[in-house]
Amino acid sequence: MIRFLLLFSRQGKLRLQKWFTPQADREKKKVIREMMTLVLARPPRTCNFLQWRDLKIVYKRYASLYFCAGLEDQDNELLALEVLHRYVELLDKYFGNVCELDIIFNFEKAYFILDEFMMEGEILETSKVAVGVAMEEADTLQETVEEYMSKPAY
Amino acid sequence: MSPSVPLQEMIRAIRSARTQCEERGVIQRECAAIRAQFRQADNGGRSHNLAKLLYVHMLGYPAHFGQMECVRMIASPRYSEKRVGYLGAMMLLDEKQDASLLITNSIKNDLSHSNQYVQSLALCTLACMGSAEMCRDLAPEIDRLLRASNSYIKKKAALCAVHIVRKVQDLGELFAPTARSLLAEKNHGVLHGAVVLITELCGQNTETLEKFRKTVPDLVQIMKGLVISGYSPEHDVAGISDPFLQVRILRLLRILGRNNEAASDAMNDLLAQVATNTDSTKTVGNAVLYETVLTVLDIKSESGLRVLAVNILGRFLLNNDRNIRYIAMTSLQKIVGTDHNAVQRHRGTIVDCLKDQDASVKRRALELSLALVSATNIRSMMKELLLFLSSCPPELKAEAASGIFNAAERYAPSQRWHIDTILHVLTTAGGDVRDETVPNLIQLITNTSELHCYTVHKLYRALLKDISQQSLVQVACWCIGEYGDLLVKGECQETEPVQVSEDDILDALETVLQSHMSSPTTRGFALTATMKLSTRITDNVDRIRSVVSIYGSCIDVELQQRAVEYNALFKKYDHMRAAVLERMPVIEKNSPGHTNGVSTGEPVKELKPVQVKQGEPQHAANQVCDLLDLLGGSEEPQQPQLAACSVVPAPPISTSTAGGDLLDLLGGLEPTPLPLLTPAPTMTVYEKDGVTLTLSCEKQSDSGLMVTLTASNSTDSNISGFTLQAAVPKSVQLHMKAPSGDSLPPSDTAKVTQMVVLNNPNKVNLKMRIRICYTIRGSTVQDTIQIDSFPTH
Repeated sequence: MIRFLLLFSRQGKLRLQKWFTPQADREKKKVIREMMTLVLARPPRTCNFLQWRDLKIVYKRYASLYFCAGLEDQDNELLALEVLHRYVELLDKYFGNVCELDIIFNFEKAYFILDEFMMEGEILETSKVAVGVAMEEADTLQETVEEYMSKPAY
Repeated sequence: MSPSVPLQEMIRAIRSARTQCEERGVIQRECAAIRAQFRQADNGGRSHNLAKLLYVHMLGYPAHFGQMECVRMIASPRYSEKRVGYLGAMMLLDEKQDASLLITNSIKNDLSHSNQYVQSLALCTLACMGSAEMCRDLAPEIDRLLRASNSYIKKKAALCAVHIVRKVQDLGELFAPTARSLLAEKNHGVLHGAVVLITELCGQNTETLEKFRKTVPDLVQIMKGLVISGYSPEHDVAGISDPFLQVRILRLLRILGRNNEAASDAMNDLLAQVATNTDSTKTVGNAVLYETVLTVLDIKSESGLRVLAVNILGRFLLNNDRNIRYIAMTSLQKIVGTDHNAVQRHRGTIVDCLKDQDASVKRRALELSLALVSATNIRSMMKELLLFLSSCPPELKAEAASGIFNAAERYAPSQRWHIDTILHVLTTAGGDVRDETVPNLIQLITNTSELHCYTVHKLYRALLKDISQQSLVQVACWCIGEYGDLLVKGECQETEPVQVSEDDILDALETVLQSHMSSPTTRGFALTATMKLSTRITDNVDRIRSVVSIYGSCIDVELQQRAVEYNALFKKYDHMRAAVLERMPVIEKNSPGHTNGVSTGEPVKELKPVQVKQGEPQHAANQVCDLLDLLGGSEEPQQPQLAACSVVPAPPISTSTAGGDLLDLLGGLEPTPLPLLTPAPTMTVYEKDGVTLTLSCEKQSDSGLMVTLTASNSTDSNISGFTLQAAVPKSVQLHMKAPSGDSLPPSDTAKVTQMVVLNNPNKVNLKMRIRICYTIRGSTVQDTIQIDSFPTH
């Protein structure tokens, strides 16, 4: 499983953090700091994989954002690169030519998209189309007046 | 109170803050406003407020006051509020917070909501931060959803079940039957979730694993469908149909096929098909191939398939993409133990990767290269490794150096090559080698006596070039001290002769002594070497004498002590100087941990009774402790007592033993064996079961005592294997001579005598503890006696 997914900028500003295992706040901050130090120090055109503690770190830079994921020993690193790429594609589809500002000003949407794509450190939906459809419908639900009418069924 | 600002305006305000201080101010104002809003009754902007708080939280500011608001919003009927509320719960609450329990009920209700998006929120949150309690509570709900709902909910329920199973392993049994049935679904999301769930269940419980082996044909079928099927736009990634699902299925097949012939057979064809048909031009294709290779190598595959897999890895090694090369080396590392020859074929490429720019690739290449070193390729590999060492990044230097040493030790084709290699490593990476290297190298050099001349010449030259690498300098000083005469002689078969005068050597040593780069240990080495040269060279003894006396007032205590002692050697004990500073004999290697093996010239095993160790200041002061230690057969290196061996205070040993050495030697030179049955006072110290031990002693000198122990056997059975071991207080030196025999014939027919020489320079109260061991009638007897007073004349 993927243990965590971090998005941060070249200046070391965190844009998104998703933790798939329970961690204390202090521990989270420590990991974030270490990831930033490790990844930002890498020269360009180097391997996208690192070994850190007992995890494999996979990172990829898209424009000004670094996408960084921590994998367990059994996970496939090359596939993790594909996972990161798929997430970027989903963001791109949703926001239309996504850039860092989109993620900053609509961070909750970025989280919602991630929640439609991954859960418990594993991929939830392998079809791009399905994720897009789910997001659309959920957004519609959010805006419609109908939501006042829906009653929970016990 | 300032009116609350919608989320995006707040973000803009924060971003436009020019300093950290300004940012903090903006955030404090906003947080105050948010707190005020939370206290108010239900209003339209609640979700905006919580979203603002979550943004502030992401910047790193405290946001725990939002926890209760999350709980309230989750319970709200409005979807927009639920959505943000659940997001807040995932970000702010974790299983350690008390507030997390409060949302259990809301989640439970929402799991049965009529709207699937509400249900999905609940499932997602449960999978993210569900504690073991919550999981136990809600597991039946999840199972129900797994069985009867639409595919959108099913796939989420499957991963939620994975979370539950990871948190509470017992609940695995609950989900096993449902998981099996999910494999029949068509929806890829559900299939993927099912495969992950089954993988998790199999990983936890071997019985479940056995049961799920029956699914192998189904999995093979699904996989075939993915590989052969035509273009499916929904799941296609660069020509591969749903690579994520493919990789997951391959991983499950790996677990199921491990150690099982039948299952492995069933998947052989499929694996061959995937391995040959997958397009490897893009990363995604390589991801699938990689997983396939891992699976093939882990299950009981047929040899043809294995060869195919290793060849794929070989192709990966030649790929331009660094990631692929890294992956290839990681996989080869895993199989280098089992398929060694197959990996050897790619040795050239691996060694080339040592020169890659990337640090990760270099590390993998180093590990793999070290694993591939063998007796046949040692010379060429070592050349490459040494080249690597000179240009490798600092974090890899220590690993590389120790790897090279291990390889050299195991496969060195000749002694000279071995020494050359070690010297090369010391010159390039001397700062990163481990501490044992110096004594190990010294031992190696001493043992290759034919190369002494060559070694000392090389080391001398290295010393002249560079005195910053401490390990190298230490070894060089030691060698020059030992073999300085060979250096002066000038001729050497293996290297070109160089005219070295005695002054040159002394100059070099003095440079080391005076240089600020030398560590205290190194200077100790240099001083001792200078002293040793006083017996090896003829002309400049006065120079040495003056150097030694200068250091008699050095600030460094260790150096000062040495200098003072050497001075004493010059003045009072000049007649002994030659004996003390003789050449070191061949050192026997006791064990890898014995770094102090440098100092002991005589292997301990030669003497039958255990020799008492002398004056180790590291030990606790307690006398009784020492006695117990000694009888326990401690493995500390012994200080030799025999005059035949020249004991030179070796550098790693602490200060007072150095002083102790000289005194020991003086004490040890004295005793001569006395004839038996001298008219000395005797006393019976032990009498039990027919075995009698008597003790008599005679004063030899002011502090020396000769003790004779006599044993006799008055029973009517033969006693064999009779040994005595003795221990004395710390400051007393003891030397046991060889006993006259070890068997006592019955009825006092013959006796066994053992001589023990004691030296008591401090005139402490003399005590001795003796352990007697013997075998009688097939059983071993052991006894201990303590002697508190000795009869003297």
